[in-house]
Amino acid sequence: MIHLVKHGAASAAVAQSELQQQSRRWYSVSHLSVQERIDRKRNAALIGGGQKRIDAQHKRGKLTARERVELLLDKDSFVECDMFVEHRCSDFGMEEDHNKFAGDSVVTGQGRINGRLVYVFSQIMDQAMMVGAPVIGLNDSGGARIQEGVESLAGYADIFLRNVMASGVVPQISLIMGPCAGGAVYSPALTDFTFMVKDTSYLFITGPDVVKSVTNEDVTQEELGGAKTHTAVSGVAHRAFENDIDALLNLRNFFNFLPLSNQDPAPVTECHDPSDRLVPGLDTIVPFETTKAYDMLDIIQGITDEREFFEIMPNYAKNIVVGFARMNGRTVGIVGNQPKVASGCLDINSSVKGARFVRFCDAFNIPILTFVDVPGFLPGTSQEYGGIIRHGAKLLFAFAEATVPKITIITRKAYGGAYDVMSSKHLRGDVNYAWPSAEVAVMGAKGAVQIIFRGKSNQAEQEAEYVEKFANPFPAAVRGFVDDIIVPSTTRKRICRDLEVLASKKQTNPWKKHANIPL
Amino acid sequence: MITSTLRRVLLVAKHASFQSRCCVASSRVQYSTVYDSNEKTFDKILIANRGEIACRVMKTCKKMGIKTVAVHSDVDASAVHVKMADEAVCVGPAPTNKSYLNMDAIMDAIRKTGSQAVHPGYGFLSENKEFAKRLAAEDVVFIGPDTHAIHAMGDKIESKLLAKAANVNVIPGFDGVVENVEDAVKIAGDIGYPVMIKASAGGGGKGMRIAWNDDETREGFRLSSQEAASSFGDDRLLIEKFVDNPRHIEIQVLADKHGNALWLNERECSIQRRNQKVVEEAPSTFLDPETRRAMGEQAVQLAKAVHYSSAGTVEFLVDSNKNFYFLEMNTRLQVEHPITECITGLDLVQQMIRVAKGFPLLHKQEDIPINGWAIESRVYAEDPYKSFGLPSIGRLSQYQEPINLPKVRVDSGIQEGSDISIYYDPMISKLVTYGATRAEALQRMEAALDNYVIRGVTHNIPLLREIITHPRFISGDITTNFLPEEYPEGFKGHQLTSEGRRELVATAAALYVSNWCWNIECSNEMTLWPPWQVEVDGVTVEVSGEWNLASALLPVTINRTPRVLQCLSRDAGGDITLQYLGTQFKVRVLSQLVSTLSAHMPEKVPEDTSSILRSPMPGSVVAVSVKPGDVVAEGQEICVIEAMKMQNSLIAAKAAKVKSVHCKAGETVGEGDLLVQLE
Repeated sequence: MIHLVKHGAASAAVAQSELQQQSRRWYSVSHLSVQERIDRKRNAALIGGGQKRIDAQHKRGKLTARERVELLLDKDSFVECDMFVEHRCSDFGMEEDHNKFAGDSVVTGQGRINGRLVYVFSQIMDQAMMVGAPVIGLNDSGGARIQEGVESLAGYADIFLRNVMASGVVPQISLIMGPCAGGAVYSPALTDFTFMVKDTSYLFITGPDVVKSVTNEDVTQEELGGAKTHTAVSGVAHRAFENDIDALLNLRNFFNFLPLSNQDPAPVTECHDPSDRLVPGLDTIVPFETTKAYDMLDIIQGITDEREFFEIMPNYAKNIVVGFARMNGRTVGIVGNQPKVASGCLDINSSVKGARFVRFCDAFNIPILTFVDVPGFLPGTSQEYGGIIRHGAKLLFAFAEATVPKITIITRKAYGGAYDVMSSKHLRGDVNYAWPSAEVAVMGAKGAVQIIFRGKSNQAEQEAEYVEKFANPFPAAVRGFVDDIIVPSTTRKRICRDLEVLASKKQTNPWKKHANIPL
Repeated sequence: MITSTLRRVLLVAKHASFQSRCCVASSRVQYSTVYDSNEKTFDKILIANRGEIACRVMKTCKKMGIKTVAVHSDVDASAVHVKMADEAVCVGPAPTNKSYLNMDAIMDAIRKTGSQAVHPGYGFLSENKEFAKRLAAEDVVFIGPDTHAIHAMGDKIESKLLAKAANVNVIPGFDGVVENVEDAVKIAGDIGYPVMIKASAGGGGKGMRIAWNDDETREGFRLSSQEAASSFGDDRLLIEKFVDNPRHIEIQVLADKHGNALWLNERECSIQRRNQKVVEEAPSTFLDPETRRAMGEQAVQLAKAVHYSSAGTVEFLVDSNKNFYFLEMNTRLQVEHPITECITGLDLVQQMIRVAKGFPLLHKQEDIPINGWAIESRVYAEDPYKSFGLPSIGRLSQYQEPINLPKVRVDSGIQEGSDISIYYDPMISKLVTYGATRAEALQRMEAALDNYVIRGVTHNIPLLREIITHPRFISGDITTNFLPEEYPEGFKGHQLTSEGRRELVATAAALYVSNWCWNIECSNEMTLWPPWQVEVDGVTVEVSGEWNLASALLPVTINRTPRVLQCLSRDAGGDITLQYLGTQFKVRVLSQLVSTLSAHMPEKVPEDTSSILRSPMPGSVVAVSVKPGDVVAEGQEICVIEAMKMQNSLIAAKAAKVKSVHCKAGETVGEGDLLVQLE
């Protein structure tokens, strides 16, 4: 790639296809030696289902599997395996030669992203686990080959089992680039992150036709299982991208944040952003009125290296913000309550979103920064009936069991049980800071006074006293529940220093087969 | 091994940025606050203003050893002027009429803090004679002229009469009604061509004609009276001198309470939009010493005639033949006062304070120099692509003033993290550069604008930079119509030349490559050293730069020319937004492979916006003229949004039926909020 850019072709309008060079076709073979057969098969595999199918895929605004792999991986780094596999189905005409393709319907192999090893697709997961390298699946399939019958179901289960075995060993990422229906959806669901391509990818158990016949609902593919549905409503997918290219290039970028395996430390890159940089804007970001909102992303982008933040699930449960960033070059996971949405309260969806993210970070040695401005758990029947107790406990569980470095900054409200949950000192937070605007209390002044002084007349006065006593960081600080009250503009500096100290943190939980998180 | 060399290069780059960060301004543009400790003025001054001007006044107070009191609204509690002051008093909620214009609260603050004097800044209560009176009643000194002068100059008609009486040139005109055509020709002849014939009841350009000779006067009289009759039902006409190609040039005056008055030279303020100044300079390229002296002397005559004391400004219109005519007098410190301070070396705020205490002026007219050239750009939080500037709001997520450059002065009252709200003037700062010559000052302004980092709000730096590099502006051939004349279709940003395009593309490509180098862990191809030879459209461009991807500024050398670009955003997909020559450009950098495959990507159809009306700016809804089910014609008013004292009528983009209305009068809306949906 460098080569190309160096010669100046990097502008918006460029380029000749190097694909063309690679898809040289060698058809004029009369009698085949083994070597020739190998070559022929290999090249046939390179063009997959044939030029016709390639064109058809392009017409749909999609790339072929091989083009995708080429885009995702560093130039010439892809080493393919199982290229010669063909389906062995001999029913319904599948046995005819024009329906058989070398490489069958998956392209698998290994390659590098910015020089770091990665396995692409699923059959090679055993090897990925063995050498400790992430697995990326690029899904674009219509589901099981019905013609293959039970054999294809077995195939799925094989993959599911491998997904489960690899879970927590190597990072697994699914990129849905086309329809993914039926049993096939469970592979992405088992991986750590699921990304989708807008308008061309779908995930559902059963398509609109079956839905219509079973429930009589009229629904389009897009409404049922499109990128918007899964990134904003169901929470099945973690992010969506504009098209195949955008998705693959972003995936490369995302990959830079991840360690190769649970045995590896999170990657450290050269950092150009001074670790002691002050962020003056943070001193005024929390509004004086405690009821006024501000954007937690402003704080996060203010402190991270180069203002970069790769947000996970930006459109789902927006009252909590989670994502990856770097601090002085080290990957960190960031969790923050978002005061802009529902006052940043914790509800069922945000608890589950936060919990899964925290567990990923813990599994892969990524330190966790937590920014707290939480008025509590969302009350109400819909939440209680939905099991907020059970789901809220997930977040509590995740923070409590995590043994990676945990740094917590209370920017404003830290009320009630939600205070405990948000990586508090009591849940083994390593460093817990409060900004001067922090209020650590059982609840807000108004509610508290209404309960403590029920029926009394001088509530305004009592409220003022409560504010004086509790609406500040001191009660928590004198008890050692926060380690320091820091000037907001120094937050980046403090965190970078602490992360350096905590880099050698070693903490283990008691031996167990596995914990029993309240699922 | 290659990797380690690369690392070393990176460290050098990192180090270089540190140096510039630590660089302390060596030669700021200054004015001298020569403080005589025997000359006792006040112990404590309250500044009845906010933002940059409050900070400006406080700076001088601190130098003079005077304690300062800030007043502020509740939303301004952590504003820069509040932090800068020794004491601060909250005078009410955000709306100005409840805080900064709230005389009762400000009087209370004065009493509570024991302030001996009040500096009103500009705007708000600075020209309010009622306020000056109330201060006088409580023996608090108003740092400005006395009530009489404020009153006399505040009235448009009275000020003209006074000016006429003081032998100041006023726009010649016939004050009575013109009887008939021949009467009109006679009057026009008396006034001297060109003349303007306008309807007595007129307004909005209707019934107005310009005549350059007798024939045109006859024709103009006939047409104007018809138009006036049909438009206003009143065909009476007036005739006055038409000022062709007018310039707005003003004279700074400074007077004491002992009958002394000085003129501190002129300021050229012709670059305006909607009667608001955008770029000012001192001196003017247009005035010769005689005209300057004549204008200065008339300004002083007027000041003396009204027994003016303190700093004030006499505004003139100047025509292409250097005839000048009195417009009005501003009885306060003017926004653009810094450029006068630059060329004269005087601290105007200090002089105002001294004069208010009753000290006589220290200078004689012959002591007032014109040293060098100063230019001021008003940096606003506004979108210059919408009628040369519609207000925008937001939080300054990143903010860095170019004060490490020599001879640059930035007067501001905000800092990183400040909010630009809908309640107040959207000015971010006044950027002033100074040089021995105009060319030098302009060159510094170019550099200062390129090095000015403003993120989080839309700003007018694209427009400012285009103005100061416009050949016509550089030649000095400007009038108050400069902007509409030069950009009749509205401002569209910098128009790239083919060379500029190459520079931009080459820089983006180089940035992409260096980012790529940083990302990669190891590779055999790591032989990329700047300078990069980038071939664009068959031409090779050489780009080098030891940049730091974390820095907002991107200093590069393109074909041996140093330039400062800014990288506003970069994403994994290769989209890079660069600020180049003031304007933001989006560049997409693709590898050959991506570029080839991009051809297969579907084009996304953007949302059809003709049936959706969104608020073009943050503000409050004044009126909604439609309701669901109404049928509107194309161009029909749908609602009115007020932002920063401006009312903006929003119209239908097509004829349609109103589907839904999402706002109501009195509501506050943000930029991009859905207001009305059509079918």
